[in-house]
Amino acid sequence: MAEYQYLFTRIQVRGPLYPGVPLPAEDEPRSKPFGFSHLAGKLGDAQIGPMYLGTYGVLSLMLGFIAFEIIGLNMLASVNWNPVLFVRDLFWLSLDPPLPQHGLRLMMPMHEGGWWLLAGACLTASLLLWCARTYARAKSLGLGTHTTWAFMGAIWLFLVLGFIRPIMMGSWSEAVPFGIFSHLDWTAAFSIRYGNLFYNPFHALSIVFLYGSVLIFAMHGATILAVGRFGGEREVEHTIDRGTAAERAGLFWRWTMGFNATYESIHRWAWWFAILTPVTGGIGILLTGTLVDNWYLWAMDRGFVASYPPYDTVNPYLQGAPR
Amino acid sequence: MAVLSFEKKYRVRGGTLVGGDLFDFWVGPFYVGLFGVTTIFFSLLGTALILVAAAGGGTFNPWRINIAPPDIAYGLRLAPMALGGYWQVITICALGAFGSWALRQAEIARKLGMGMHIPVAYSVAVFAFFTLNVIRPVLMGAWGHGFPYGIFSHLDWVSNVGYQYLHFHYNPAHMIAVTLFFTTTFALSLHASLVLAAINPAKGEAVKGAEHENSFYRDFIGYSIGTLGIHRLGLFLALSAGIWSAICIVISGPFWTRGWPEWWGWWLKLPFWSI
Repeated sequence: MAEYQYLFTRIQVRGPLYPGVPLPAEDEPRSKPFGFSHLAGKLGDAQIGPMYLGTYGVLSLMLGFIAFEIIGLNMLASVNWNPVLFVRDLFWLSLDPPLPQHGLRLMMPMHEGGWWLLAGACLTASLLLWCARTYARAKSLGLGTHTTWAFMGAIWLFLVLGFIRPIMMGSWSEAVPFGIFSHLDWTAAFSIRYGNLFYNPFHALSIVFLYGSVLIFAMHGATILAVGRFGGEREVEHTIDRGTAAERAGLFWRWTMGFNATYESIHRWAWWFAILTPVTGGIGILLTGTLVDNWYLWAMDRGFVASYPPYDTVNPYLQGAPR
Repeated sequence: MAVLSFEKKYRVRGGTLVGGDLFDFWVGPFYVGLFGVTTIFFSLLGTALILVAAAGGGTFNPWRINIAPPDIAYGLRLAPMALGGYWQVITICALGAFGSWALRQAEIARKLGMGMHIPVAYSVAVFAFFTLNVIRPVLMGAWGHGFPYGIFSHLDWVSNVGYQYLHFHYNPAHMIAVTLFFTTTFALSLHASLVLAAINPAKGEAVKGAEHENSFYRDFIGYSIGTLGIHRLGLFLALSAGIWSAICIVISGPFWTRGWPEWWGWWLKLPFWSI
């Protein structure tokens, strides 16, 4: 039985490298395949490459690289160009958003937020181009554009945090800094400033979809691997022409919880759960500080804060218990 | 609709772990089995106790119900029902129901000739719950360290415990766990999008298969993990998220009692920075 458990590929079959489905004539040529990786073949497909760069890809990578360099060099400058301190303090270093006195101005001294604004603009352009690339690549192969719409959900959250909410608040200083610990500090301070983000219903929804997505991938991944011996990973084929793998996978959940998704619909559940994570999260951030100043008091007004016994109650049952 | 057109040939006896043919039957779409019976027993008892405990708590508003664990003063002993005893019995019922559910999944997987991936995966989630409300309270010497049962009260617990360690985001295992949660969701959106895009191409296009899926990902990022590999990766990421969540909370208290930002001092104190 163990050999069917499908956690690793034990015997790798090597055919010729596959150059890929032919592209339309108006596309640029894609690269040659790069080769095989035995290690990658243990978990998934062994073939590495080919890759299609194209105009969007090249521009996106260049702008992403510029943003990365602006952030890194500013961090290096903040430790007086000392490479040892840069490595030691890397997690603590930060490129902060503009000072509050600059409001929403676009011109300001570079070291008072100008670099942050420039890095953010480059990173945004890079992400939008990468998103356009998912659209162009899907169209060239005749595929649906689901990846593009999913990616736009993530871009929505990114833009809310660094662009839309700062504009609504009237200051770039409201935005998130670039840095490991500094963005975590921002998150904690944001929650405290606005009275505990756990009472923000959209934050709660976003967490539900985040955990729900992980739950769905655990259920889906485990189901497909468990019917691996019946060829269950051929999801498109089973969607069109159901085989015994799809029947067993469906019946497993039907018998377990009275309901099952199909080989197609499980991916719709997955798509919506994953997309709604950043979409609801972005709504929650956008409402915070703009419409609602204190989520805890807001929840008090609406009567859904948890019910606790009053502080001064002396509990008679506890008198004899050892302290 | 209780039995699907193709379902009859799969509904066969056998494959149970214990008890032979006892309870080896279906009710509507549900398989029962011995562990179905134990699941029903524990979940009904647990739910009833939640309702009784809620009645004593003064509210039936589902957002506000709070069933707290015993006071720290009780240590690891049993508490009177109204003072945390309900929480203790509900915890036992929850673990009984979760364990039964996992074993029932194992029996169903055996009936269908499937691997044990699903019960194993589910056990990781149960293990995370067990870590929060059994392992950590035991290591810290009091059931009072468990989290309360209630929608917003358990969120308050998360806040309060987080701030006890000053700033929980600096907990390295928490950092890994959060990264895994986001990565899993990201990977799920990519996988779901790809499959839907292959099954639902533009109007007039034929449905696409694995060749197109592979070509899309190789064009896009230079590598396609493949139809089997993505499910291995997804399961690995999802289970890792659960495991690192359990680690991040079990080290907070039993193994580290100060603020998490302070933990990083070891890195700053490494001997070679001054060279």
